[in-house]
Amino acid sequence: MSRFSPDNLRTALEILSRYPRAKSATIPLLHLAQEQDGWVTDDAMAHIAELTGTTPAQVLGTCSFYEMFKREPVGTYLVNVCTNISCQIMGGEELLHHAEQTLGIKAGSTTPDGTFTLEDVECIAACTEAPCLQVNYRYRHKITLAEFDALVDDLRAGKLTDEIPAHGTLARIRQHIPADRAAGNADPAGAPEPVWLAATAPDAEGASS
Amino acid sequence: MAVTDAPKIISSRFGYTDSHTLERYVATGGYKGLEAALAKKPADVVEEVKTASLLGRGGAGFPAGVKWGFCPPGVFPRYLVVNGDESEPGTYKDRLLMEKDPHQLIEGVLIACYAVGCAQAFLYVRGEMALAQERIAQALNDAYAAGHIGKNIHGSDFSVDIVLHWGAGAYIVGEETGLIESLEGNRGLPRLKPPFFPAAKGLYLQPTIVNNVETLANLPWIVTNGGAAFAALGAENSKGMRMFAVSGHVKNPGVFEVEFGVTTFRDLLYAPVYGGGIRGGKQLKAFIPGGASAPWLYPEHLDVPLEAGTVGKLGTMLGSGAIVVFDEDTDMVKACLRLVRFFARESCGKCTPCREGTTWLEKILERIVDGHGRPEDLDLLLDVCDNISVGMNWPPKQTTICPLGQSATTPVASAIMRFQDEFEAYIGAPSEITVEVKGPAFTRPPEHVLEAARD
Repeated sequence: MSRFSPDNLRTALEILSRYPRAKSATIPLLHLAQEQDGWVTDDAMAHIAELTGTTPAQVLGTCSFYEMFKREPVGTYLVNVCTNISCQIMGGEELLHHAEQTLGIKAGSTTPDGTFTLEDVECIAACTEAPCLQVNYRYRHKITLAEFDALVDDLRAGKLTDEIPAHGTLARIRQHIPADRAAGNADPAGAPEPVWLAATAPDAEGASS
Repeated sequence: MAVTDAPKIISSRFGYTDSHTLERYVATGGYKGLEAALAKKPADVVEEVKTASLLGRGGAGFPAGVKWGFCPPGVFPRYLVVNGDESEPGTYKDRLLMEKDPHQLIEGVLIACYAVGCAQAFLYVRGEMALAQERIAQALNDAYAAGHIGKNIHGSDFSVDIVLHWGAGAYIVGEETGLIESLEGNRGLPRLKPPFFPAAKGLYLQPTIVNNVETLANLPWIVTNGGAAFAALGAENSKGMRMFAVSGHVKNPGVFEVEFGVTTFRDLLYAPVYGGGIRGGKQLKAFIPGGASAPWLYPEHLDVPLEAGTVGKLGTMLGSGAIVVFDEDTDMVKACLRLVRFFARESCGKCTPCREGTTWLEKILERIVDGHGRPEDLDLLLDVCDNISVGMNWPPKQTTICPLGQSATTPVASAIMRFQDEFEAYIGAPSEITVEVKGPAFTRPPEHVLEAARD
């Protein structure tokens, strides 16, 4: 399964409806593809190209720029250890080295059973909680080496499946704009001056003249 | 200068476990700022924000009200894009604001859209922040249901949709034109300015305001309490309150909302309510005052206030409110390498000085750390820096479309000019530096400059 399933296609169309130009939905749709398959397949990119009115090459061009999109299968759990400056000086590199030992793989690779992929990542905005890591983009702050091992055990034992979904699923709550509340997209090719601005135009910083 | 008892403006709800819910938000004065804004003319809301002298909190520190005024008259639609792509190393505040008080951000977005006349808003949240995405999605859904967003908000003629958009992992997208490219579905390569100043030609080449999360989070308070009340806090050009993340070798690392302009670095690093001093009774060696892109400061700068203009005169910046503290045991060569590696990895590749320069800086630093450094390497590093940012001055000269390249040169110049002996210890031989480095933070400012900054 690589093109969007009927359910995901509905989600994709809802996402598309929120942008004045379809191409803007490229990144959200790549996330949706990754949620469906765990990684971004060529067929999914072809489907996204159809939906956004672009070409598969254009979708690939965007996809390949962004760190989070994986164009080959990765582990169920993507373990991202931060080694940037605040973490580095608080033991982030030691944590990464320990993770390599515990998982038996080098950063950038996946365990043979396909459970874990380990990455050495840039700052993830938890600098005061160093050293820190993310598993499928769920944080662990101020993590010790022993806590890392316990985390790996818990993940292997399936104890954290409620908190940490399999790789690909990002936010589990999606935005829905109710039809009766929607203001609608602002068409870049021609939208009038907003009524609330026009009503006060003579006083409004020369906003219309 | 001291620790002040000024009221918390944007972190006021952080103490509640349900701070992210609509119920808590409304129970603590939420959406009152929007109500107050809707009772005014849009132009008067702009004036209120100009009176507040709210400096942008993303990094560049440009006054928000002035930025809004750059939209060309009569050109519509206008868009608002929220920059929630927080990823400058050392920076941790926008994620907290999005996770803990999403409605405050949403209310700020609505006020900005009303004031500027934006017909649609896009809230760009960094891809790696799954919890922030969930909290904002829930908050948007609840706020739509309650009539705070969408068509005819609060029964007025003000209508706007806010669209939540997830990023996918790229530091460069924090640069506003790179963010707009990303939002259009492209690789996040920055655009040339001019002509692509977002306020004139932004999203879909329409007038677009790009504001940082923390900047917008201040708006409900400003509209409710008045711009003058905001401007009464702080000093000189730095008004109101500001979030600073203090990380590294302090006893009590944390994110603190402090009075801008008057609180000093010493307060933030040493006061028991903030950093609490250097851990383990060690001495302070250096600190980064504003994120990885900012030239470093040293113990002699501790009594300087967190005031944008004053810090600028020292040859560095408060940037994104990220202070990273190094104690006396820190290996400054390795710290320098790690920062440079970041910029090398994150360079988008569009401009040659940055793409090639950051890569070579990393390779040379790697060979020094690996024990294969040469005495001429320090001059070579600075020469590469000089080709990315001519003169190594402050404000930095730019040979590239965006400031990423020049940012990579600051840790190199900071580390070499101050800790040359540490590099020489790795290299095993003395080095001679002939490249001229002009930035005052790199060259130790004269005592009278320091004295003026402390006053």
